[in-house]
Amino acid sequence: MLIFLAKRLGYLLFTMVVVSMLVFLVLELDPSNVAQKVLGPYSNDEQRQLWMEANGYLEPLPIRYASWLGNFMIGDFGMSTRFKVPVVDILLPRLGNTGLLALGVLLVMVPLSLLLGVLAGMKEGSVQDRTISVFSIATTSIPEFASGVFLVAIFVLWLKLLPGVSNMIGGFDIAQMVLPVAALVLYGFGYITRMTRASMAEVMQTHYIRTAILKGVPHRQVILKHALRNALIAPFTVIMLQINWLLSGVIVIEYLFAYKGFGSLLLEAALNKDIFVIEACTMVAVLVAVGTQTLADIGYMYLNPRIRFS
Amino acid sequence: MVASAETEEPVAQRQSGLTRVVKAIGLLRESPVGMIGAGIVLAWVIAAILAPVLAPFDPNATIMPFQRPGAVDPASGATFWLGTDKIGRDILSRIIYGGRRVLIYGPIATVAAYAVGIIMGLAAGYFRGWWDAVLSRVSDIVLSFPIFVLYVIVISTFGASGLNIVLAIIFASAPGIMRIVRGLTLDLRNRDYVAASQTRGESALYIMFVEILPNARGPLIVDACLRLGYVTITIGTLGFLGLGLPPPDPDWGGMVNESRALAPAFPHMIVYPCLAISSLVLGLNLLADGLREIAIRD
Amino acid sequence: MTTDPRTPVLEIENLCISYFTRAGEIPAVIDFNLTIYEGESVGLVGESGCGKSTVAMAIMRYLGSNGGIVGGSIRFKGRDIVGMSDEELRQMRGSEVAMIYQEPMAALNPSLTIGAQLMEVPIVHEGVSEQEAYDRSRRMLGDVKLPDADRVMAAYPHQISGGQQQRVVIAMALLSKPSLLLLDEPTTALDVTVEAGIIDLIAEIAKKSGTAQVFISHNLGLVRETCDRICVMYSGEAVETGTISDVFTKMRHPYTRGLFGAIPLPSANKNDRPLVAIRGQLPLPHQRPRGCNFGPRCDYFQEGVCAPAPVPMRDVPSQADPHQSRCNRFETIDWDAPLSAGKVNEPIEPGEPVLVVDGMRKYYELHDRSIKAMLSGDGVRYVKANETLSFSARKAEIVAIVGESGCGKSTFAKVLMGLETASEGTITFNGDEIESTEVQDRPREQVASLQMVFQNPNDTLNPSMTIGGQISRVIRKFGVEADPDKVHDRVMRLLDMVKLPRDFYHRRPRQLSGGQKQRVGVARAFAGNPAMVIADEPVSALDVSVQAAVTELLMDIQREHGTTLLFISHDLSVVRYLSDRIVVMYLGQIMEQGTTDEIFAPPYHPYTEALLSAVPIADTTVDKRKIVLEGNLPSVVNPPIGCPFHTRCPRKIGAICADKRPPVHTVSGTHRIACHIPLDELKRVEPVFFDVIADTPPTDGAPNRPAQAQ
Repeated sequence: MLIFLAKRLGYLLFTMVVVSMLVFLVLELDPSNVAQKVLGPYSNDEQRQLWMEANGYLEPLPIRYASWLGNFMIGDFGMSTRFKVPVVDILLPRLGNTGLLALGVLLVMVPLSLLLGVLAGMKEGSVQDRTISVFSIATTSIPEFASGVFLVAIFVLWLKLLPGVSNMIGGFDIAQMVLPVAALVLYGFGYITRMTRASMAEVMQTHYIRTAILKGVPHRQVILKHALRNALIAPFTVIMLQINWLLSGVIVIEYLFAYKGFGSLLLEAALNKDIFVIEACTMVAVLVAVGTQTLADIGYMYLNPRIRFS
Repeated sequence: MVASAETEEPVAQRQSGLTRVVKAIGLLRESPVGMIGAGIVLAWVIAAILAPVLAPFDPNATIMPFQRPGAVDPASGATFWLGTDKIGRDILSRIIYGGRRVLIYGPIATVAAYAVGIIMGLAAGYFRGWWDAVLSRVSDIVLSFPIFVLYVIVISTFGASGLNIVLAIIFASAPGIMRIVRGLTLDLRNRDYVAASQTRGESALYIMFVEILPNARGPLIVDACLRLGYVTITIGTLGFLGLGLPPPDPDWGGMVNESRALAPAFPHMIVYPCLAISSLVLGLNLLADGLREIAIRD
Repeated sequence: MTTDPRTPVLEIENLCISYFTRAGEIPAVIDFNLTIYEGESVGLVGESGCGKSTVAMAIMRYLGSNGGIVGGSIRFKGRDIVGMSDEELRQMRGSEVAMIYQEPMAALNPSLTIGAQLMEVPIVHEGVSEQEAYDRSRRMLGDVKLPDADRVMAAYPHQISGGQQQRVVIAMALLSKPSLLLLDEPTTALDVTVEAGIIDLIAEIAKKSGTAQVFISHNLGLVRETCDRICVMYSGEAVETGTISDVFTKMRHPYTRGLFGAIPLPSANKNDRPLVAIRGQLPLPHQRPRGCNFGPRCDYFQEGVCAPAPVPMRDVPSQADPHQSRCNRFETIDWDAPLSAGKVNEPIEPGEPVLVVDGMRKYYELHDRSIKAMLSGDGVRYVKANETLSFSARKAEIVAIVGESGCGKSTFAKVLMGLETASEGTITFNGDEIESTEVQDRPREQVASLQMVFQNPNDTLNPSMTIGGQISRVIRKFGVEADPDKVHDRVMRLLDMVKLPRDFYHRRPRQLSGGQKQRVGVARAFAGNPAMVIADEPVSALDVSVQAAVTELLMDIQREHGTTLLFISHDLSVVRYLSDRIVVMYLGQIMEQGTTDEIFAPPYHPYTEALLSAVPIADTTVDKRKIVLEGNLPSVVNPPIGCPFHTRCPRKIGAICADKRPPVHTVSGTHRIACHIPLDELKRVEPVFFDVIADTPPTDGAPNRPAQAQ
């Protein structure tokens, strides 16, 4: 067990190091390119040369990488060229906002999709199953930006019930959270539902469920005691991996609803070549993604006695 | 006897090929959901092929701005069935041509990603050991990137061109395909017919491409359908984020992005492109579901 | 039928069951009748798809969403099961009627402890307290002879062995003291020596508790050992029912008779009494013939008598016990006529050694990554898959390697085929040392002359290639022929050789039955004119009536071509029938080797003795001593030191067995036994088999009672 944890953590570190190298190579391989992005397109060669000298960009590549990584470790991500403040100062509040959004999405999506998935998988091929399945395929087929547009068209333009912009200018407003959360849930829940359904349907086919039924266990107990526990192992992993997907989804939804979160920050930085913000955002995103994956692995092991005791 | 059997052989082969296609379509008919999906996809493919015939206007021509659906062009007398955008281009024509574009780039990117993913997956699953360790690590690392973070960095750094988008999609999708192929290969390599070919000294390439790959085709076809839907979403979303295929040629996501500021007054400018992309993806997903259902039954 | 004073537990009358598929209604069981009295065991025997499991599931009324009872009645203690409400059904299931399943691992819930799964039964049906349920479950585990009941209660299913899992399933079924026990192939997934223990336990339960049993099996030998009456099913119908002795000795249905002709009874012999296969194959449920289902495969079929009208079940007159047959001609058939067409084969004189294995070892490295192993520094352990194997096989000889799972027979085949290399020792094939040459590096002729027939018919052929394509590939690969016409011609001749129609050339594997696929596998192995063929359990996955045909085919071809056959099997009946010499393996080591006669007569290695005793025999004239082994089959990863068999050996003589590798006694030029027991003592052991009529049971132990050596 300890070995397993150490292995997973070691693997997490390894991934982060490789990712940091990739990010560094893609964005900072050519120092003059960095200088140009920092100083802007109208800087001249002399200015760039001076900047590179002053900031250690004339050192060989490995040394530059080492000092860059060192700065990263202590939380020094550099200055944002667009916002003219240290990257940390803008990144942290944005992360907080996105965390709030993600929390809202998970709170709605997870119970909803597990419930629908179990209901569909309990009786494979029934009307209930087919309805849920087709519904979840349909919502999964609508890209986030399109479901956002449809929601805005219905609830903002037609019914005039909700605000179509979520910039929270007048402070936090729960009404402004509704549409972004709804759009993300609409696109995301179908996948978990279908995974849960498949897992549940598979479990219902197994011989040990037959054993339980032929033992005379009441139907309710067959589902709750014998089926659910085995059926929820697979969706658990999927849910943890959905966090990775959420990080993609928030870019689109935050952009669409002008929500001041991590995703819109990354997009804005990317479109404006704000190189240090891009680097910081990428590393944070990968850390979150790999971190949840590690948690998923550990949780999977805990849930599955066959692995736990092997 | 021998001679007649010899002449029969090619005929029988061709028949079996043809009957299998007919049978596949016949099987799909038993899944109503799959039939609907196939119908939607087919409609878009026909629209894309016949775009010059079907589109009432040149998709890039600026004619009359801010026309609502149903307005008539006084110059030609033709109707703007879905209205025009802010610089006066006909939205229906742009949607049809946009479909053409996505149906060219999507399949190219998907097929290319499959080529890469299949080779990686076969190598990892068949040779195992060192090959598997390296290939799996590499794909784990790529998959640990939130996918759109990856797209945003890569495309904003290297520029938004058709080639770069295709390359980015290959880079991001191949590891996922590799995982599936690897899993199937690990299973199939234990079959006795693989052992039989090993015991007669067949080369690894022969075993991977003749003994293993054809028998993995079922799940791969279903996955390819789903993945094509996902690639369509990706292309659309990149367009929406302003990182998509370069203008002025129409692009569904780009159309939404261009007009979204005007949505409160002219919802038609963004709702129709959204309907277009959603319907195509829905078609592909329903088709995949139908195919999967048939694959399970078979 | 005569009236019986006993009370019936189960009465099935004119039962018809159908499955409803897209293709329409498919009858699975037709007009089935069965009555079981208290304390009686009835064997339901038949091949796959004959409907025997469907009958069992119908008794539980558990037929899935697409199956249904379309006619007749099932009465359990007078109550109609067909008309029961869901709640009545639930109360009956698991308490009055309980079931034991084929695959114990799959039948147990992987994420609940065994204790929780056992305790559920009394809690659900009798509403007892947790403590009461725990105590009862614990006691029941003792009753099914599971040692260390507390540990088992806390364990998860994957933490105990297959034999133990099946004991848990049996305990679960017995917890509510059912009046009827349904056993669905309860030992098919287990090794032979483990099976013997389970069968013994089941027989004991039947005797002790008086529970009525329905025992479903494809194995006539097992039914003979466990049941009072038998019901033979074929293609959805019961074709013959009666007492074991009536049906086994005075059978009155051609199918039953065919079955007995097709299984290798001790009296069969490949040279003068070869097996007689039932021709043709089982009809698919929607392609059943009109009239008698067995008609197309029956030698006595007569149009007008056997078809087109359905054949009813009729009493066989003038017998003491009820005996029925579904044959319109049983009065006219001469049941004493010899079954075979009098085919007699000349014994073959084996030639020069083709294969010589000398001191061959195959070890696998196993890396242990636990903290303990890392600290103590023994991170690498060796799995001794094959330990010092030495034997030889001569031209045209059939040598069998016999053993249970983990005995190393498959590893040996891999090394021989060049998919693995030996760690030590030599393997000489046709004069060349091949132990360390991988198949890619072997010359083409050598690869062609050493080929293999595989076990699983569904796996042996590439599903996406035509039959012709697959055989042609082999012919071209081995350079037998290169010209397309000649290759095609040779494929046709190979199809003829394995008695398949030539138009199978264009078929794909899924259009073939299991037996036909195995025939193609044989054709493929013989395509390159091999000097030696390794057959890895080639018929064990086939139905009994098809097994004989494939076995005979393989032997005919072998005989005709003078090929050496290395026959890997766990089934001693088949091995006894066809092999010239036998090598008995246990946990990677050879325990005993010798000619077939030498292996089947004393002196035995104690393991061979147990193995022979464990084989169910469907011949009522032969009986055997019962030796039931205690304990589990040890893991290959952690085999016992000393003699590998000492942990289960009933004849263990002391510490020496656990400490030292046993010496090899040379009994004769061909017969060798690896055992610490002195040879003289081994020679005094009684034979395992004896004739029921002629001999009195040996003193060593009465039949049907476990004999534990001192």
